[in-house]
Amino acid sequence: MTTIDTHSKRQPGWKRYAFANHFRNAEDEFDACKLGFWLFLATEILLFAGLFCAYAMYRVKFPEAFAAGSHHLDIRWGGLNTLVLLVSSFTVAMSIRCAQLDNQKWLRINLVITILCAFMFFFIKLTFEYIPKWSHGIRPGVLYSNPFAGHPQEPVWWSVYYGATGIHALHVLIGASLLLWCLYRSLRYKAYGPTHYTMLENSGLYWHLVDVIWIFLFPLLYLIH
Amino acid sequence: MTTIPTPHDHGHHEGSYLTPPKGGFFAAVIQWATTVDHKKLGVMYTVAVLSLFMVGGLAALLVRVELWEPTRVVLNEAGEAVTTGQFFQLGKTPAENYTWYNRFFTIHGAIMVFLVIVPGVPATLGNFLLPLMLGAKDVAFPRLNLLSWYIYCTGALFAILSLINTGVDTGWTFYAPYSSSHAANTYNNVVLMTTAAFILGFSSILTGLNFIVTIHKLRCPGMGWFDMPLFVWAMYATSIIQVLATPVIGITLLLLIFERIFHVGIFDPAMGGDPVLFQHFFWFYSHPVVYVMILPGMGIASEMIAVHARKPIFGYRAIAFASLGIAGVGFLVWGHHMFTAMGELASTIFSALTFFVAIPTAVKVFNWIATLYKGSIAFNTPMLYALTFLFLFSIGGLTGLPLATLATDMHLHDSYFVVAHFHYVMMGGTIIAFIGGLHHWWPKITGKMYTEWVGMTGCIMVFIGFNVTFFTQFFLGTQGMPRRYASYIDEFQTLHQISTVGSMILGAGMFVQLGNFLHSIVAGKKAPPNPWGGLSLEWYADSPPSEHNFHHEPILTHGPYDYEDVYPPHCDPADFPLPEPLPAGAKHH
Ligand code: HEM
Ligand SMILES: [Cu+2]
Repeated sequence: MTTIDTHSKRQPGWKRYAFANHFRNAEDEFDACKLGFWLFLATEILLFAGLFCAYAMYRVKFPEAFAAGSHHLDIRWGGLNTLVLLVSSFTVAMSIRCAQLDNQKWLRINLVITILCAFMFFFIKLTFEYIPKWSHGIRPGVLYSNPFAGHPQEPVWWSVYYGATGIHALHVLIGASLLLWCLYRSLRYKAYGPTHYTMLENSGLYWHLVDVIWIFLFPLLYLIH
Repeated sequence: MTTIPTPHDHGHHEGSYLTPPKGGFFAAVIQWATTVDHKKLGVMYTVAVLSLFMVGGLAALLVRVELWEPTRVVLNEAGEAVTTGQFFQLGKTPAENYTWYNRFFTIHGAIMVFLVIVPGVPATLGNFLLPLMLGAKDVAFPRLNLLSWYIYCTGALFAILSLINTGVDTGWTFYAPYSSSHAANTYNNVVLMTTAAFILGFSSILTGLNFIVTIHKLRCPGMGWFDMPLFVWAMYATSIIQVLATPVIGITLLLLIFERIFHVGIFDPAMGGDPVLFQHFFWFYSHPVVYVMILPGMGIASEMIAVHARKPIFGYRAIAFASLGIAGVGFLVWGHHMFTAMGELASTIFSALTFFVAIPTAVKVFNWIATLYKGSIAFNTPMLYALTFLFLFSIGGLTGLPLATLATDMHLHDSYFVVAHFHYVMMGGTIIAFIGGLHHWWPKITGKMYTEWVGMTGCIMVFIGFNVTFFTQFFLGTQGMPRRYASYIDEFQTLHQISTVGSMILGAGMFVQLGNFLHSIVAGKKAPPNPWGGLSLEWYADSPPSEHNFHHEPILTHGPYDYEDVYPPHCDPADFPLPEPLPAGAKHH
């Protein structure tokens, strides 16, 4: 994926790209990378599936605790973050489209918007949700110290909440790093163009995954009471 | 007969993959440490897996030694009560010594499962052979392959750290809430060990992913799906399970780590959590994973039996689809580990589904036997191992059935019967096939022949030792000996002692095999490219294969088991005559 000759600056990186020699042609390599990445995404979905199972089980077991817990969540921040992620999913798709059309300028603009959205999501989550809650003693498990718990089992709800959104937030950061790397390579080498954009495409797929998981987490945590 | 170019077709000769680089020892170390060559990675994995197999095996022998005598409290000459019969004297009190017993069987189980059998065949023989069998230069993502190797090393490091730091006494299953809240050591060890398993999971996922893509994309020209050797089909089914099941153990272990560090209460009933949820999560992964363990073993058996019986494998498609069938049904039966913890309806359904797994398994066994029937069977170490595999695995599979039956499992659950069952499938099946496979492909991997009579002697010792060790345990289990106890009632002592003697024979047999391998590296005869007359593509390559496997991209013109129509490459046709053509109108068999 990275066999770009950095010394000859005459041609953009995507034209200079040479596929790895154990493949028969560049197309095979692209297909292989995509198949591999889809398999990887399947593992990510299964990872979250475990969390969703735990959520479903405890929701059935302690419905009141879950209702009490979810009342503490502010739909407005959750909604805003959903919007931020939806926009970023659109822009990342656009940047891939721009690579296919060799529109280097808009490829980068779209990438920058996507990355800004990623950090905005993280910022909102941290400053308006995690930090205030944590400082009020609304924490997972034995760390929970809020005197006004609505239900004795409320800490379990917060464990599920912090577990699920925490692991999701980690994925946001990983996705943002991938996209930053793409941006760097685009600025430095014009690495992505009509005949070669594997890395950008896969990072984009990853970003959609982060988005889709949030689309499930948002109603489950914020909307159902 | 065939248009596959052989290494002698043309003048220039590329060095073997084992040729050391110029620049001496350090250059060689760096070359191996940074290699993306699937063959070198396969060899490094083999060394690591076999070393850990030795550590895990020695731990098991110590466990067997502890069970030589039950613990008794007797009066000494001075009239004081003293405890006798404890081999592990590492603690200050008899109770602490028991904890050491628990640590040792956990060391054994965790190493064997997470570091030996699960990565075992795919990472070692799989890595080495898959591209060769497909006629490819490498796996699809060679650098990812190197990454998997270092992830595996990191996981192993965490496991070893936890062991040095006095180890874990939870059993390899890490059941909550004991593991999350009560285990009798500082919590760091459980966290270290579960982190190790979590990290090893990534290695497993990446290897599986790499193999799936390789099989889809890198088959050589002319090779359709049904022209692949059955070992490749087995790797394909295994990889699917690795990719789909491992993430679930990932999240389970992550939650267990949270539980242990923050006491989040997800699995701890004291806080409203549900320990049975842990068991569901754990077995949702760990049952499919027993097929990650056995499917590669079945793949190896298919190769060894077909090559050394010189017969087209009976029911090629049935075996291929049985692999996929096992992989599929394997996802639906995890509840059979928790019959005692579930409702009647759920137990009944899981019991019925479990019986279904036996069907594709039996299909394979019958096909292997049918392949042997009227074959020209070579009597050598790989064939001996293949027969051992057939015998032991059948016992293992059949004893799964009484465990899948609700009424009998109530009695047998958590007893030595279960211990014997899974050793017959995991050791008698997977490990036996693995060692047999190492003999079968040893000439290809190292370019050296092992000594045949030593290999056969080792195999016979392993066979006898294994059965003496574990067949006894079926009796112990049916008589009520529970698993994971350091002591027992006096009535069981004879059987326990027989079992311990057997384990020593087994261990000795393993060392004979090891000695044979080491001797062959130092002083073995040079191996020809195709000592057994095999037809799959790895036998077209040199022994050991050249840097890029083949000198030209191979083009497949015959199936892997066409022994009745094709002379094997690099061989004297007189050594492997084709069968007489049948009279017109007659059918085979
Ligand atoms: C014919 C197919 C099989 C059937 C019907 C079967 C059935 C079962 C059942 C019902 C149990 C649970 C017993 C209990 O705890 O009460 C069990 C345990 C076990 N089986 Fe199998 N099994 C089969 C094949 C295999 C294979 C191929 C492997 C591994 C390669 C395997 C490995 C294990 C292990 C490791 C355990 C015990 C786990 C533990 O509690 O530590 N089984 N089997
Ligand atoms: Cu099972």
